Amino acid sequence: MLQYTIRRLFSIIPVMLIVSVIVFLIVHLTPGNPAYLILGEDGSPEAIAQLEEQLGLDKSMAIQFVDWIKNILVGDLGQSIYSSEPVIQVIMERVGPTFSLMITAMSLTLIIAIPTAVFIVWRRNTILDPLFTSASLLGASIPEFWFAMLLVLGLGVAVPIFPVAGYVPIDVGLGDWIYHLILPAFVLASVEIGLIARMLRDGMLESVNQDYTKTARAKGVRESVVLMKHVLSNALIPTTTVIGVMIAGLLGGTVIIETIFTIPGIGQLLIDSIHRRDYPVIQGVVLFIAVVYVFVNLLIDLLYAFLDPRIRYD
Amino acid sequence: MLEVKNLKTQIDTSEGIVQAVDGVSFTVRAGETLGIVGESGSGKSVLANSIMQLNPNPPTFYPEGEILFEGSNLLKLSEKQLRKIRGNEIGMIFQDPMSSLNPVFKVGAQLVEAILTHQKMSRKNAKARAIELLKDVGIPDAESRMDDYPHHFSGGMRQRVLIAIALAGNPKLLIADEPTTALDVTIQAQILELMKGIQEKYGTAIILISHDLGVISQMAEKVLVMYSGRIVEKGSVNDIFYRTSMPYTWSLLRSLPRLDGVAHERLISIEGQPPNLVSPPKGCNFHPRCPFATEKCLEIDPELMPRKEGHWVACILTEQEFEAEKERLESADREGVL
Repeated sequence: MLQYTIRRLFSIIPVMLIVSVIVFLIVHLTPGNPAYLILGEDGSPEAIAQLEEQLGLDKSMAIQFVDWIKNILVGDLGQSIYSSEPVIQVIMERVGPTFSLMITAMSLTLIIAIPTAVFIVWRRNTILDPLFTSASLLGASIPEFWFAMLLVLGLGVAVPIFPVAGYVPIDVGLGDWIYHLILPAFVLASVEIGLIARMLRDGMLESVNQDYTKTARAKGVRESVVLMKHVLSNALIPTTTVIGVMIAGLLGGTVIIETIFTIPGIGQLLIDSIHRRDYPVIQGVVLFIAVVYVFVNLLIDLLYAFLDPRIRYD
Repeated sequence: MLEVKNLKTQIDTSEGIVQAVDGVSFTVRAGETLGIVGESGSGKSVLANSIMQLNPNPPTFYPEGEILFEGSNLLKLSEKQLRKIRGNEIGMIFQDPMSSLNPVFKVGAQLVEAILTHQKMSRKNAKARAIELLKDVGIPDAESRMDDYPHHFSGGMRQRVLIAIALAGNPKLLIADEPTTALDVTIQAQILELMKGIQEKYGTAIILISHDLGVISQMAEKVLVMYSGRIVEKGSVNDIFYRTSMPYTWSLLRSLPRLDGVAHERLISIEGQPPNLVSPPKGCNFHPRCPFATEKCLEIDPELMPRKEGHWVACILTEQEFEAEKERLESADREGVL
């Protein structure tokens, strides 16, 4: 297992290398001169030349790339053009809200999806099952931004139970933190709940008539235990892969949700930086998202081995 | 101990209602072995699962009949009462050992679960009991194998584990549904030996279901022959294997490959397919495939009638008519070979 983990860590290197090349090219693939784009039409030739030097655009591509890689390796993602702060610092300031939002959305998804799937499979011969299938399809097809606005209008304005927008850091108060996160996290989770619950339901229905569930029933094990232990444990294996992809989806979803709920996270930083043409920050955020994605998937792979003893990777 | 009376099991399919078990009656006494034999699709497994009520419900229903186990009708028991019998009074082993153990749990844990479901004891004692059971069914290094997963075991070893699980509650009756079908011949003999040993040691009654006549003749004292959900012949092993007067049983026996047969000789099979149980043929269910069939067989649906003490046959042919026709067919077989 340790060996596998190390091997898997090494395999990240080429992936990250490709990602860094693409991120590096963001500046160079934009048509025209980035320095000109950043400064706009009012930029004087001197200012453009100065910015080109600051961004290193006056050097050859190869040297620029080597410098870029060197800097990444020591954790230097450059400086924000807008605030003149180091990019890494700008990102780290925004990580808290985004991770809070993602973790809350994830937890909501699992807390709702797993019991729902178990319940639906338990009542699999009733009208509940087709109802659930339609509901999950509905949940997955409603656009997030529309659902978000609907919730804000309903539970923030018409019946003001939840705050309309804003974010409170966890060290200010756990209650306040979760209170402000519930609505945006629920919007993010709305797409995933249906997806995960469907996936689990399908997996469980496949497992529910397998020979090993019959063995469990023949032992005299009660049906609830058969479902929650024997059936669920097998259905979780394929679902785990989907959860990995889902986390990536959440990261993308935060871009919209943070803007709607004015949560000062990575997503909002990305939007703001695009508006400001703050290239170093854009590069930093994209790289950061890629790193998170790669590590989440590594974690999922390791979890997979834990859930399914048949793949212990040695 | 077990008495099944006129049991009917129906399965509601998209094509209509299938009479999977159609009015079956038999008894099993303590410590004896009953063999149930028949082609694939003859209703043997549905019958076995009906006793434990392990058929998925719906679409399986039990509109008629009684299954009396030690006096109580299993068909009338609540789910909770049934659970007290499953794995405790009646143990069951299935056809495919490769898929009958849960792949994500350790073998020891699955055995301990079977023990703790019915017996109040500490986890430690249950583990000790589990190791004892594994030793009992002939698994070497039982202690260390407790922590292995099913995929670390071979098919034969898995079937031993499944037998250990079935024995966890010291059952009075063991239902073995094609326990050796998925195993190769040498392992098959070992598993049958093991079951015989268990029966001698604990006095467990066994219902052994198989399509393999060899297995049945080795193990059983009484035999039921099933065809399209019904019992078409029942009797002692000798009645069935040496004194049958039932065309279906005779056809099954005739289709056994013989080691003393002529090389390159064509194997004899029963022509045609088992009948469609949604709309079975008129008259005798076997008549479209029966080499003995007469005009009357299209009309009369024969009932299971006693021929002599303990030997029951469902066929309109008398013993003399059967013997005469059999003589003719067998001589035709011999000529075919020459």
